[in-house]
Amino acid sequence: MIGLNLVYPLAGATFLAFALLGAGERRWWNAGFHALVAASFLLGDRLGDRGNGVLVLALVAVAASGRMRRAGPQPIPREGRSPRLFAVALVVPLTALLGTFLFKAFPALVDPKQATLVALAAGTVLALLLGYASLRPPRAVEPFAAGRALADEIGWAAVLPQMLASLGAVFALAGVGGVVGTLVGGLIPAGSVAGAAIAYGLGMALFTIVMGNAFAAFPVMAVAIGIPLLVQRYGADPAPVAAVGMLAGFCGTLLTPMAANFNLVPAALLDLRDRYGVIRAQAPTAAALLAFNIGLLWWVAS
Amino acid sequence: MLVLIGVAVVALGFLLRLNPLLVVAVAALATGLAAELSPLAVLDAFGHAFNEARYVSVVYLVLPVIGLLERSGLQARARSLVAGFARLTAGRLLIGYLLFRQVTAALGLTSVAGHAQTVRPLVAPMAEAAAGDTADPEQVRALAAATDNVGLFFGEDIFLAIGSILLMKGVLEGMGIALEPFQLSVWAIPSAIAAFLIHGGRLLLFDRRSRRR
Repeated sequence: MIGLNLVYPLAGATFLAFALLGAGERRWWNAGFHALVAASFLLGDRLGDRGNGVLVLALVAVAASGRMRRAGPQPIPREGRSPRLFAVALVVPLTALLGTFLFKAFPALVDPKQATLVALAAGTVLALLLGYASLRPPRAVEPFAAGRALADEIGWAAVLPQMLASLGAVFALAGVGGVVGTLVGGLIPAGSVAGAAIAYGLGMALFTIVMGNAFAAFPVMAVAIGIPLLVQRYGADPAPVAAVGMLAGFCGTLLTPMAANFNLVPAALLDLRDRYGVIRAQAPTAAALLAFNIGLLWWVAS
Repeated sequence: MLVLIGVAVVALGFLLRLNPLLVVAVAALATGLAAELSPLAVLDAFGHAFNEARYVSVVYLVLPVIGLLERSGLQARARSLVAGFARLTAGRLLIGYLLFRQVTAALGLTSVAGHAQTVRPLVAPMAEAAAGDTADPEQVRALAAATDNVGLFFGEDIFLAIGSILLMKGVLEGMGIALEPFQLSVWAIPSAIAAFLIHGGRLLLFDRRSRRR
C-alpha cells in the first residue's frame, strides 16, 4: 500500500540533494543540517528512539552554532513567456485536489489517511517531470539548486514545528497540562460565566502562543475550564465550547513566532526584512477574532 | 508546579532571542528532569515523537518545483497577468484568495494551497502587481501570507475529518462526552464567517489607504 512509506523517501531524497549541492558550494553547515533532515526521512524508522534523539541533538547543535547562512544572491530569472509556466504551476495544487478524492476511492492502493500527502508528493513529481519537458532548464540540476537556495532561506525554521510537536509529547509525559489547568482555574471569580469564558478563550490563545500549536493547548484548557465550568456548571453545549475554544487557540497561532511554519517560514520565503512581518500583518485580525470567539463562548454558556 | 519550568524556558528563550530549536530542546530536558525522568528517558521520548511527526515537514518536497518555475520567470509572468486587469486591487485579489482558501480548506483540501505551493510563486507577486506603487511591496507580501493563514485556520475546522476535530472528539470522549464530528464542525462556521468579514474588511481598508497615497 502506498502511504508515508513512499512519501518519506522522496522527501529524504530531496533533502539529500540539497545537502550534496550545498556541500558542493562549501556551505558546510547548511549542508550538514539538510543531511540530518534527509537522514531522519530516510532512516528514521531504523534509528530507534534514542538514535532519533541523538539526531535531534545534532540538528539543534548545527542550528544553534549560528553558522547556517542565508542563500545570498540568486541568478536573474529567465524571460518566461509561455503559458506552460502557469500550467506547470497549477499541476501541484490540481493533483493534490484530484488525488485526494481519487486515492480515497482506492483504499487498497493508497492509505486513505495519507491520501493528501501522497497526492501532494505525486503532484510534485508530475510537475517536475512536466517542468523538465516543457520549460527545459539549461542544467538538469537547476530545480534542485534553486530549491536548495529556497531551503537555505528557510533555514533551521523548517524543523521547528516538528520540534514543538515533540516538546508537546514530553509535556504530556510530565503532566504539564494538569498543573496549568489547576493554576488558571484558581484565577476565575466564582459564579462568573464571563470570567470563565474569558479565562478559557484567552487561556487557549496564550498557551498556544507559548507552544506554537493549539493542539497542545486544547487538552489542557478543555479539561481545566471548558468542560468542568462552561459545560458542567453553566450548562453550555459541549460542541460549541470545544469547537470555538479550539478556534480561539488558532487566534494565538496567528500571533506566535513559535508557529514557525505559518509565521516565520513565509517571512523567509517572501524575503521580508522583518522576520515578524507576517505576524504584524495578521495581528489585528487575530485580536478581533479572539474577541469574537470569546463573546461566542460567553453567549453559548449564558 | 516544578514541571512548568519548560513553559518558563520557552518564554524566556524567546525574550532573549535565543535559537528556538535550542530553547525547545532545553525546555524538554528541564521539564523531563522536573518530572523526575532520567535525561536518557527524555531523549528517547523526544526522539520518538520527532520521528512520528515527520509528516509536518513533507511539504518542503515542492521546493525544487517552485525553484524551477521561478528561475523560468513565473513571478514576472504572474505580475504581468494581473497588470492586465486594471480594476483589480491587491485587497480585492486577496479577498478572492481568502474565500478560495476558506472554501477549499472547509472541503478538507488543506494542502492544495500554502506558502510554498501558492503564496510565494503566485499570490504574492500578483498582489504586488495589483498594488503597483501605491503600497509598500513588503507589506503587500506580508498580507498575502497572512491571508493564507487566516483562510486556512478558519476554514479547515468545518471539515469533518481534520486533525483538530478528531483531537477534540478524543479529548471529550475521555471526559465521558460523546459527540459526532459533524456537531463540532458546524460550530466552526460562525467564526469562519467572522474571519472572512474581519480580514476582508481589513483588506478593503488597505485598498482605501493605498489609493490615498
